[in-house]
Amino acid sequence: MDGGAETVDPALDMPMPSPIPAMIAPAMIDLTDVSRRYGSVAAVDRVSLTVARGSFVALVGASGSGKSTLLRMINRLETPDTGRVTIDGEDAGARPAPEWRRRIGYVFQQHGLFPHMTVAANIAIGLRIAGRPVGDRVGELLDLVDLPRELAGRMPDALSGGQRQRVAIARALATEPPILLLDEALGALDPVTRDALAGRLGELHARLGLTTLLVTHDMAEALLTADRILVMDQGRIVADATPAQLVAGQGGAVAQALMAVPRHQAERLAALAR
Amino acid sequence: MSAFLDALARVPPLLAHHVTVSMAALLLGIVIAVPLAFACARRPGLSRVVLGLASLVQTIPALALLALFYPLLLSLSGLVGGGIPALGFLPSLLALTLYALLPILRNGVTGLTGLDPAVLQAADAVGMTKAQKLRLVEAPLVAPVLAAGIRTAAVWTIGAATLSTTVGQPSLGDMIFAGLQTQAWALVLAGCVAAAALALGVDALIGLIERGLATRRKGLWIGGLIALALGCALATQPLWPRGSQQRRAVVIGAKNFSEQYILARLIGDRLTRAGYSVSYRDGLGSAVAFEATAGGRVDVYVDYAGTLWTTAMHRQDSPPRAAMLGALQQWAATRDVAMLGPLGFENAYAFAMKAPVAQRLGVRSLADLGRVAPRLKLGSDLEFLDRPEWTAVRDAYGLRFAGQTPYSPTFMYRALESGRADVISAFSSDGRIAADRLAVLGDPKRAIPGYDAVLLVAKDRAADAAFVEALRPMLNRIPVEVMREANYRVDRDDAAKGSPEAAARWLAERVGL
Repeated sequence: MDGGAETVDPALDMPMPSPIPAMIAPAMIDLTDVSRRYGSVAAVDRVSLTVARGSFVALVGASGSGKSTLLRMINRLETPDTGRVTIDGEDAGARPAPEWRRRIGYVFQQHGLFPHMTVAANIAIGLRIAGRPVGDRVGELLDLVDLPRELAGRMPDALSGGQRQRVAIARALATEPPILLLDEALGALDPVTRDALAGRLGELHARLGLTTLLVTHDMAEALLTADRILVMDQGRIVADATPAQLVAGQGGAVAQALMAVPRHQAERLAALAR
Repeated sequence: MSAFLDALARVPPLLAHHVTVSMAALLLGIVIAVPLAFACARRPGLSRVVLGLASLVQTIPALALLALFYPLLLSLSGLVGGGIPALGFLPSLLALTLYALLPILRNGVTGLTGLDPAVLQAADAVGMTKAQKLRLVEAPLVAPVLAAGIRTAAVWTIGAATLSTTVGQPSLGDMIFAGLQTQAWALVLAGCVAAAALALGVDALIGLIERGLATRRKGLWIGGLIALALGCALATQPLWPRGSQQRRAVVIGAKNFSEQYILARLIGDRLTRAGYSVSYRDGLGSAVAFEATAGGRVDVYVDYAGTLWTTAMHRQDSPPRAAMLGALQQWAATRDVAMLGPLGFENAYAFAMKAPVAQRLGVRSLADLGRVAPRLKLGSDLEFLDRPEWTAVRDAYGLRFAGQTPYSPTFMYRALESGRADVISAFSSDGRIAADRLAVLGDPKRAIPGYDAVLLVAKDRAADAAFVEALRPMLNRIPVEVMREANYRVDRDDAAKGSPEAAARWLAERVGL
């Protein structure tokens, strides 16, 4: 597993101002002072964030840290109480929500495949509702997510968990959106499938020139797939670093607490190997 | 067995009406309940109110719900200046529709709120508009659950439609009510079998549609839908307009007791011989029969002067017979009903006692009864104690009984026989008075109005000379003794019991009609 390794900054030991990529590449997603409260609890508390075009950003944090809510405000499944969300310089309120969402691929843990539609119909749904021609897209997308084309005629309940999640990814990518949001998208899968799919997502990200945001509670997954890691705690971003910086012990206490698990596992595995 | 086969022959036209009213109610129920279910699924507050109301409707007995629409539509019609029929198809349709709502609503709301939230979120996330989400995701996923609700509603509606007979809408209930009243069990059985077969058939076909929707087999549910539509179309075939038949069939009304059935058949036989095609509307309520005739939905029926006098004209006096009939004829004309004249007998409320008991107590008239009433128990029919005639008699003779109990007519006679009642409110033309040798008490103060049986004809038919000529010979032709015997032929429950048709033929022969 080497997803993201080539993107790690070579100057590991150099303390650098972050986020570096945002300063170089043009901003794809921009959040300014965004908050979302549920009753008296602030799920997201005055967060500002710029994501550069083409970057693969992981949002890491414990359950309830606000990472999913932050992600869902980007495609307007949640509406921020205050603050402003823009994509490519365009304000989120500028067009109707359905139209806004069609430019953003979204995959979440429970896959949410339409149980009454075939795999092909599920994959083509985005094109269909936008009135765009389907053509051979279903076949291409099945190829893209490493599924055999024969699966096109099956119903979702005849697929394995990993196959369903691949179909969900294919569905999200069908309309060639510039942005892909992954909300614990691999969380319900077995480790082998999960590893394979994470690798595939890294490849797709590079090949399709996507801007990808991955929400996960698994620091190892974030380290191995993303080129930038944001750590959230109680609705705030408390760390913003590259995987290499985190491995080097930077990023602050909360980030390093999350780093302890994979680090400890790696040490024990190394000890076993001796 | 042949009686059952004869009864089955009456099924097709009634089945046609039954299918029409119940399927129309089901369709209207679907049209109302399905969008309402979607609205309720989005608003829990609305859902509580709507489901609560629908459940409340369900607790009202279907018979009462049907009956309530009569005064409701009547006053509504009065508000808008007339034109809304308060009887027949409309009240039946509305009551049955209300009945159909609950299962569709409940299944719809349960199905919609039970949809997988992940699927709904996915629908939003791929960028579906509200309409697309409804059409592509919510509707197809909830369709099988809705179909199951519609199936339940269909069975309920078909069952409850048998009760629409009571508000003047023809249905398979006509056979059941008529059969119950005359204790003609073959007729009851045939009506029940037909209604049950209809319910089972519709249930099976909607079940097919439901299964097709659930298993996503388009052929199955579309096939089921087509079969259902064809079946309904075929069942209503007797109602299709026929080019060859110029005149509309004559509708003969009858209230819900033997004498009415017999006289309706007598009228029907005469009109058939005069070249008319006839159909019967049996089991009409007292008020319903007159209103249906005024509205032209019934062409001819027999009513009783005193009944109209007190309940329709709201009169409390009791004038001599000729004056009463004259006033009645004038009043009926203002309501678009022509009174052809009296048939020659009365069917009055008549207080009756067992002859030996009356003799022992020295009771010969109502005036005598007033003296001993506090020691006696009164048995009445189901409506008598609520009728103005009872108030009039009670006040005129100071009748205060030790107890008074309403019975259905058959049981009223049994109560007198067994001593549970000492006096009953019998009918003067009832055959059981003679058969049981009862003493009928006189009414010296004329507190009870005259109950001449009168022939009433809808305005349109009254202008048809051939029609009127066919009926005119019946006027002043039927003595009360003959009517009593004809009634007894139907009411007795031994081997000699006959059908209203047979009794009508016997009556015609006996009086030379």
